Amino acid sequence: MATAYFGRRYTLSASHRLHADSLSNEENRATYGKCNNPHGHGHNYVVEVLVGGEVDGETGMVVNMASLDATVQTAVLDRFDHTNLNFDPLFVNQVPTTENLTKAVFDVLKEALPAGKLEYVRVEETENNFFQYQGQ
Amino acid sequence: MIELTRRATFSASHYYWNEAWSQEKNEAVFGRCARRNGHGHNYTLEVTVAGEADPVTGFVVDLKWLKDVIEHEVLAAYDHRHLNLEVPEFSEQKLIPTTENIAISAWKRLELAVSKAGGARLSRLRVYETPEIFAEYRGEK
Repeated sequence: MATAYFGRRYTLSASHRLHADSLSNEENRATYGKCNNPHGHGHNYVVEVLVGGEVDGETGMVVNMASLDATVQTAVLDRFDHTNLNFDPLFVNQVPTTENLTKAVFDVLKEALPAGKLEYVRVEETENNFFQYQGQ
Repeated sequence: MIELTRRATFSASHYYWNEAWSQEKNEAVFGRCARRNGHGHNYTLEVTVAGEADPVTGFVVDLKWLKDVIEHEVLAAYDHRHLNLEVPEFSEQKLIPTTENIAISAWKRLELAVSKAGGARLSRLRVYETPEIFAEYRGEK
């Protein structure tokens, strides 16, 4: 059978504050601008997941969407949706930029994926900016 | 090399059913998609071709030509049809019209026509079943 890709888009709402402990307050403000405001702010993130693999001859699928949804729900949405990202253990030592969130989601999903190869994770922070990671 | 993408939409109905399985197994694996009276979607097709821009026209391919090819080869067969019952690659071969299989089948319908255009080749084909669910095929065997 042929190799194809199955894609799915999920939304998660979370807050964050961009602040690097290694920088001074002035440097943080200069670097992150309003994203450094002390009490944080939030986004409706869109997480796009693309999984590649052989199309199963019996089901016609690369991955069963119900299994993928359940995995993403448990590994990603339950963890990050309606949370403050700065308080997640993953972001204790790194700034929760969307670059770092994209990598974190990729790494978490790669471990948990039911079937197929994780091709990429794309995280859209707003309609005008998005980030993609393919594990390289 | 430049990639050029054209979108098109079609509306069709389908259901998921493996003839070799019991009703129970079909319902367990495919859930609501296994309902035998079918259901429908507004599909969006994204057809990407790759090539070099022609030095005279500046085109990789003429978009009007690509639009017509998509209409002749894919939309004429899929639009406002029941994929399981009326489209030969699914009805005759008992191929389940999953989003993945629709992407592969649409690729097969377009590949020859696109290759006849000269420099361009089919590079990627995406089928959105809904804005949140899609499949992609890149011609990999």
